[in-house]
Amino acid sequence: MKKTIITVVGKDTVGIIAKVCTYLAENSVNILDISQTIVDGFFNMMMVTDATASAKDISVLSAELKVVGEEIGVVIMCQHEEIFNKMHRI
Amino acid sequence: MINIFEVSETNKMISEENLDVRTITLGISLLDCIDADLDVLNRNIYNKITTLAENLVSTGEAIENEYGIPIVNKRISVTPIALVGSSACKKPEDYVTIARTLDKAAKKVGVNFIGGYSALVSKGMTQSDEYLIRSIPQALAQTERVCSSVNVGSTKTGIDMDAVRLLGDMILETAELTKENDSLGCAKLVVFCNAPDDNPFMAGAFHGVTEGDAVINVGVSGPGVVKRALEKVRGENFEVLCETIKKTAFKVTRVGQLVAQEASRRMNIPFGIIDLSLAPTPAIGDSVADILCEIGLEYAGAPGTTAALALLNDQVKKGGVMASSYVGGLSGAFIPVSEDQGMIDSVQAGALTIEKLEAMTCVCSVGLDMIAIPGDTPATTISGIIADEMAIGMVNQKTTAVRVIPVIGKGVGEIVEFGGLLGYAPIMPVNKFSCADFVNRGGRIPAPIHSFKN
Repeated sequence: MKKTIITVVGKDTVGIIAKVCTYLAENSVNILDISQTIVDGFFNMMMVTDATASAKDISVLSAELKVVGEEIGVVIMCQHEEIFNKMHRI
Repeated sequence: MINIFEVSETNKMISEENLDVRTITLGISLLDCIDADLDVLNRNIYNKITTLAENLVSTGEAIENEYGIPIVNKRISVTPIALVGSSACKKPEDYVTIARTLDKAAKKVGVNFIGGYSALVSKGMTQSDEYLIRSIPQALAQTERVCSSVNVGSTKTGIDMDAVRLLGDMILETAELTKENDSLGCAKLVVFCNAPDDNPFMAGAFHGVTEGDAVINVGVSGPGVVKRALEKVRGENFEVLCETIKKTAFKVTRVGQLVAQEASRRMNIPFGIIDLSLAPTPAIGDSVADILCEIGLEYAGAPGTTAALALLNDQVKKGGVMASSYVGGLSGAFIPVSEDQGMIDSVQAGALTIEKLEAMTCVCSVGLDMIAIPGDTPATTISGIIADEMAIGMVNQKTTAVRVIPVIGKGVGEIVEFGGLLGYAPIMPVNKFSCADFVNRGGRIPAPIHSFKN
């Protein structure tokens, strides 16, 4: 399973989740978990996703999601889950 | 499962606190390229480097994209060229052709530096070692990406003072040949005592003869992350301070470990070591001096600096060794002047002198690094500075190094601009009294005794 973490940070606005989810659905990326909070006054969303079925690899998804983020004025990052596991789990 | 706060912490380190992997350095052995014919040798070297390192830059970029962690530099280190060229090179100019080959290979594969234009002369110089050392000024003037280093001493062998004497001249000559660019050539030349075989950081990287055919070494960084973590524990006692540095160093090193393993797997080249260094850059917030200030000093260089640095260096290692089983290279806090905005500020405020920097090198990684000195400094004085620093390394069983830049045509207080990661520096005053008679004696300083430690 190609687990990736997608994060969205920025000013809250209508339709952020819809926009991101539409993109993911179009690219066959399955969403496993979503959490959302406000950190330091900023909208923070994290999705755990599985990109195994997607035809695109993580670096392509990452670049395209960045563009989606720019359209709605938020920063979207798509990263391999491993970087967080390595840093926060022994 | 990972939670949103952990994810946000990691991404904040990257986006706001300059967390990055400073370098993936591919070490390549050139021993199997050796040939008595100079043209064949050059061809072998070019072919081996461009073949093995063909995918280095693209692999690094792919890892950057997938994990969202910047990998600032992709670099190559090679077997010390004095060994590789010893049967083919009959004069210093012959060695310069190898430097040009290395430069060409570096440009072909897209790395920004290639290290290993080096000689290991800790006890004595062979004729070819001496040719290489004498060729360094031309080699650095005629190439763009080649880095050079010379190991002139070790705890086991003592210090080769003939090489120290010679390097004083060579540093000045390099400065002279590159004076159009503020003597930039000297920024690519390091003189070592106890040089490690697996250092991934430039300008001192070379691929030691004890290493395998090819190896991936990774240098991590993150002074900004440590600084930010310490901001949250202002006024707390030393125990809390140390805990915070250790935890941060652990996290930073784990990222380096991940990148190293991935690069190794994708390139099918064995993973060597992680170098746990706090390497500053001129970027605001990416400074080791700022950490010292956060620990409680008005400026780096104030009384207490050596103790604060000793503590910092030790805690970085203690946190880092838990995060990776293979730690090596230089592993400690770097204290270059020009590459660290906080250090530059300290010099300009009059808080930091070369003598204090020398004391700081006793407890931290490497040594007198990226220090601009007046262009009219005599060669023997430069040799004296080198000898002092080598003695510290020899006696304390640690790596020390000197990278000073005598800036031709400029004097104390003037500013030199090196550009990019090398930054800028105010020229620092050097002690005016002569050590010529000492340096000119010739021969070597014997290895120190290993008992009666005081």
